[in-house]
Amino acid sequence: MTAAVTFSNVSRHFGSTKAVDGVDLTVPEGAFFAMLGPSGSGKTTCLRLISGFEQPTTGEIRIFGEDVSRIPPHLRAVNTVFQDYALFPHLNVRDNVAYGLMVKGMSRTARHARAEEMLALVKLEGYGDRKPAQLSGGQRQRVALARALVNEPRVLLLDEPLGALDLKLREAMQDELKALQAKLGLTFVFVTHDQHEALSMADHLAVFNQGRIAQVGSPQEIYDRPSSRFVADFVGSSNVLPPALTQSLGGPAQWSSLRPESVQLVEPGSPEGQISGQVTGLRYLGAATRILLTAQGTEIAALLPSGQPVPAIGDTRSLRFDPKALHLMEGA
Amino acid sequence: MRSDLSLSDPRLSGPRASLGLKAAAFAGLLFLHLPILLIFLYAFTTEEKTYQFPPPGLTTQWFGVAWNRADIWPPLWLSLKVASVATILAIILGTLVAAAMSRAKFFGREQLSLLVILPIALPGVITGMSLRSAFGVMEIPFSTWTIILGHATFCIVIVYNNAVARMRRLSGGIMEASADLGANAFQTFRYVLLPNLGSALLAGGMLAFALSFDEVIVTTFTAGQQSTLPIWMYNELIRPRQRPVTNVVAIVVFAATFLPILIAYYLTRGGSETAGGGK
Repeated sequence: MTAAVTFSNVSRHFGSTKAVDGVDLTVPEGAFFAMLGPSGSGKTTCLRLISGFEQPTTGEIRIFGEDVSRIPPHLRAVNTVFQDYALFPHLNVRDNVAYGLMVKGMSRTARHARAEEMLALVKLEGYGDRKPAQLSGGQRQRVALARALVNEPRVLLLDEPLGALDLKLREAMQDELKALQAKLGLTFVFVTHDQHEALSMADHLAVFNQGRIAQVGSPQEIYDRPSSRFVADFVGSSNVLPPALTQSLGGPAQWSSLRPESVQLVEPGSPEGQISGQVTGLRYLGAATRILLTAQGTEIAALLPSGQPVPAIGDTRSLRFDPKALHLMEGA
Repeated sequence: MRSDLSLSDPRLSGPRASLGLKAAAFAGLLFLHLPILLIFLYAFTTEEKTYQFPPPGLTTQWFGVAWNRADIWPPLWLSLKVASVATILAIILGTLVAAAMSRAKFFGREQLSLLVILPIALPGVITGMSLRSAFGVMEIPFSTWTIILGHATFCIVIVYNNAVARMRRLSGGIMEASADLGANAFQTFRYVLLPNLGSALLAGGMLAFALSFDEVIVTTFTAGQQSTLPIWMYNELIRPRQRPVTNVVAIVVFAATFLPILIAYYLTRGGSETAGGGK
């Protein structure tokens, strides 16, 4: 598989701040690649390094094998869906979408025809004459998408594209984006701080922390086998167990992670119970109840499917889990 | 202008004002605007030596007299020329400064921005004196151009303020979006920045024109033997004859300055809605 984008030891420093610090990264062609991380973790800077709005302090970025260090944004074969959409307020929807073709010198009729095709692709036929201000958030998002796709980029960059939408619309757009990516066969690089979004949409995931990549892999790999406490914590509200607790559960003296959904509650003193503790928190989530149990000073979350009897705060319960669910992590 | 806008917002209006407050406000408005109405009234009086009240009779003859007075025309043309050239200079330079200030981040940016707006905060006498001495030191003879330079110092500020406010309200992303879509810097300027800045520049230009047209203090310091219209009017008031002619000219000055301000107000009001609408 060809690499669409490669970062070789790329850093971007702003004064003494290392926004991106020695990142090596390969985005395979045709991937739906998510960059996930908390704000300030360097994921957006990485996206801007690809689009060309930031220059690496050191290191090299290649887009389809070509070193892009000296190529300004307007000459790169990538297009961006911006976080706030950045639609041109003075142009109608059709001219917004046709903008990339207009600056390339395509004739008015040709570019308008192309814009209408793109509007049909994002299901906005008949909206061409409206101004961006007359559209809803979801519709603006689609216009931004059509406008970025009209130039037939080799890589489409999406900067938190769903952040401004409400939950229901966001879920619908997630499915649509995924379908669109499959249909066009394009490489999508997608920045988000929402782990659910990243896990459900991407086929490749890079987790960022403090300017570095904490882990790269498929969503499944990262969810099941987080490499560090940070990833375990950030990607799946996983339980992170300190070495002493791991050891008392039969593992080596190493940090480990345990998914709340792999933990079952049993009556205290039951022979299946591996560790007991006190219930210190309850949160009803609809399909399940999240129970916090404090054992040996560590809070462990368990997901109790609805229908099962819910303990009260202060009750003592034992935990049971498949030893295979205990995932050991390298380092701290 | 912006504060007028928000005060007229119905959401901000509190409980109804008391009768006393209303009366005081009305009296205040009368005090401010009645003299202007009187100026209009005396343009039509039949009595030319003193402004006696009420006017003994009304006539439109002074408009004809003013039209035929040869000494009015050179100051009028000079004022128009100075205001036009100063405004054009201000639009070009003010826009460039605003673009630099809103796009780049550099050391001393805040201080520089203060320096740019200083000419409008400085008393006109200071600006006038310093320019006069500077022209003297550089041995530049007083001419129409020295007046224009003097006026440009504060006209730039007006344009700059308008342009910088509009640039701030523009979603910064649209310039990047333009580049991202393949536009070079000139295309971005032509197709994105200019259309979004247009009404702000027009408004700034009109305000600058109005300010320049009736400026007296800086002009007094930077003009040689020439008179602009306001200075001609001031000199005319001292003379005893044909006083209503001054009032006729006052009406012209009023129209030449008030209309641009009014248009500028409506332009920036509409602009704020469209500029904010993109978000």
